[in-house]
Amino acid sequence: MRPLTIRRVLLTCAGLSGVLLACVVLALKLGAVPISVTDLIVNLGRAAIGHGDQLPSEYQLIVFDLRLPRILLGILVGAALSVSGASFQALLRNPLADPFVLGVSSGAALGSILALIVAPQFAFVTPLGALLGALATIAGVYFLGRREGELDSTTLLLGGIISASFLSAIIMFLMTTLAGRDLRGMVFWLMGDLSTPVPASLRWIFVVGLVAGVGAIYSTAADLNLLLTGEREAIHLGVDATRVKLVVYISASLLTALAVSASGAIGYVGLLVPHAVRRMFGSDYRILIPASAICGAIAIVLADALARTIVAPTELPVGAMTAMAGAPVFIYLLRRGMR
Amino acid sequence: MSASDTPMHALGGKAPEPTSMRAPRLNVEQASYAYSTKSQFAPTFTLTAISFQARECELVAILGPNASGKSTLLRLISGTIAPLTGRVELDGEETSRLDVRARAQRIAVVHQESSAVYPALAGDFVLQGRHPYGRSLRFASKEDIEIAHHALAQVGADHLAGRIIGELSGGEKQRIILARALAQQPRLILLDEPTLHLDIGAQVELLEQLRQLALENHYAVVVVTHELALAAEFADQVVLLHRGKCLRVGTPAVVYQQELLEQVFAAPLDVEAGPAGRPRVNLRARRGEGAI
Repeated sequence: MRPLTIRRVLLTCAGLSGVLLACVVLALKLGAVPISVTDLIVNLGRAAIGHGDQLPSEYQLIVFDLRLPRILLGILVGAALSVSGASFQALLRNPLADPFVLGVSSGAALGSILALIVAPQFAFVTPLGALLGALATIAGVYFLGRREGELDSTTLLLGGIISASFLSAIIMFLMTTLAGRDLRGMVFWLMGDLSTPVPASLRWIFVVGLVAGVGAIYSTAADLNLLLTGEREAIHLGVDATRVKLVVYISASLLTALAVSASGAIGYVGLLVPHAVRRMFGSDYRILIPASAICGAIAIVLADALARTIVAPTELPVGAMTAMAGAPVFIYLLRRGMR
Repeated sequence: MSASDTPMHALGGKAPEPTSMRAPRLNVEQASYAYSTKSQFAPTFTLTAISFQARECELVAILGPNASGKSTLLRLISGTIAPLTGRVELDGEETSRLDVRARAQRIAVVHQESSAVYPALAGDFVLQGRHPYGRSLRFASKEDIEIAHHALAQVGADHLAGRIIGELSGGEKQRIILARALAQQPRLILLDEPTLHLDIGAQVELLEQLRQLALENHYAVVVVTHELALAAEFADQVVLLHRGKCLRVGTPAVVYQQELLEQVFAAPLDVEAGPAGRPRVNLRARRGEGAI
C-alpha cells in the first residue's frame, strides 16, 4: 500500500512550477519582436535585483509592459478555470463537466456585461456581476440536469450546452444593440481573449480571489474524493456533504467569475487540464487540485504564446486555441464514457 | 434454485457464549417512519412501530420481500433519517442526533454497490474508512495504514491492495467494501442486500466472514436481505417485515413458520427443521411435487 503523502504533493508541485517558469520565459521570448533568451534572462535578473530602470526602453515596453502582464493574467485565468473544472467534475460526478461546457462561463460573461451596463462607473462590478451570473447559471443547470431527483449525466450536459448557447445569444444581442457591433468585444466575451489588460485597481482583487477560492476548494479535497464515489456513501464515511458542496459550488463559481471577467469565456481548459493531470498523477483531489492549478497556468501561457505567434503579427484569441485542442478531447471522453 | 441444498455447516455448530447475556448495543424502540410526497397529503409509505435489539457479536437479519420497508428501517438505524416516533439508540446514543463524523466512527454502512467515476486502488479505497478519524487533508498516518492492512487481512484480501477496484470480481469487490467498513472501526455494521450480485459460494463466504468478524471484533451486525435460506442459516435473530409492518422478531426457528413465510413472500414454501435447530426453507413448485 503506497498512499499519497504530502511529500509527493509538494515535490510534484515544485516540479510543475519549474516547468511553468520555463514556459513563462519562453512566452516572454516569443512574439512579433524576437528577443533572445540570454538577453531575457540577464535583463529579468537585473530587474529582479532592482536595476530595472537601467533596461533599454524597448525592453521595458515589450517585455514588462506588454508581455509580462498578459502572461501573469494567463497564469491566473488558467489556474482558476482548471481548478473550477476539476471541482465541478467532482460535484456533478461527471468527467465532462467544465465551466464552459456547463454554461457557467457564459453566465458569468452575461453577468459582467449586465453589470457594466447598470453601473459602468465602478471597476469592481464586472467580477461581482460575473459571480452572480455564474452562481445563477450553475443553479439553473443543476436543476435542469435532475431527473426524478437524481443527477442525470446526459441531461446535465445537454442542459449546460443549451444554457451556454442561449446565454451567448443574449450576449450577442446586447453587444450588437448596445455597443454597436463591437466585434472585438464579442470575441472577448464569447471566445475568450487575453489582450485586454486588467485595470490596476482590480489586480489585487483577482489575486486574493484566486488564492481564497483555490484554498477553500483544496481544504475539502479529501471530502471531494469521497463525494466522487457517491454522496450517500460519503455521508456514511463522515463527510458533511451539504457544507462541502456549498463551499465548493460557491468557490468554483467565484474562480470561473474571476477568469471570465478578466478574459472572457475561454473554453475547455477546465476539461482538458484536469483530464491530463489525472492521467499523469492519478485522480486523488489532494494532488489533482494543486497540479491542475499549475498545469492550467502552463496550458494558457503556452496557448496564448501560440495564439500570438502562429499568424503574427495578427493575434488569435486564446479561446480559439483551447477550443481547437479541447473539443476533440471532449468527444473522445464522451465516446469512451458511452461504451 | 434452492440455496439450502448447499451444505452450510461452518459456524452454525460452533456455539459461542450465549449472546443473550450481553448488554444490547443497538436498541430500536417503537421506531416508526412515514414518507409522503407533500406534507399535506397522506403518507405514501408507512413503517409502523418496530422494536428489536442487537447485542455485540450478534448478527441480525432484517428479512422481507421488496417494498416491505427494509431499506427505510436501515436508514432509521443508520441515523440518516430520524424516526417519527420512538427511538433508535446505539450504546445509549440516539443515532439520528449524532453528527456525521461521530456517526461514521460508530456505524459503518455497506451498500449493494459502490461505483467509482475514476479508477482507484483497492488499498486507497480501504483507507477511505479512516476518513471520520482524520482532519483536513487526511494524509494517511502510520496508524491508518496499519488499520487498513489489518482490515484487508481480516477479509482475506491483503493481496488485492494494489489492484484497481473496477478490475476485481464481484466477490473480491465485496470484500474490499467490507474491509473499508472494518477500517472505520465501528460498533455496528449495517449491510444493505450485500449478497445481491454474488454467486452462492461468495454469498456463503461473506456471511461466514461476517459472523466471524462480529465475534472477533465485537460488532453488532445488521443485514438487510430477502434471502430466506441465508438468513435462516446465519442470523441469530430475524426481523420479518411485510408491507411496512414488523410481523415477527426472534430466532429463525421462531420466525420461520410455513404459512407466515408463504404469505409474506407470496410463494409456496416448505419449512422443515434442520441441524442445530435452524430451519431450512425449500421452494415448492406450484405444480408437481417436491423441492426443485
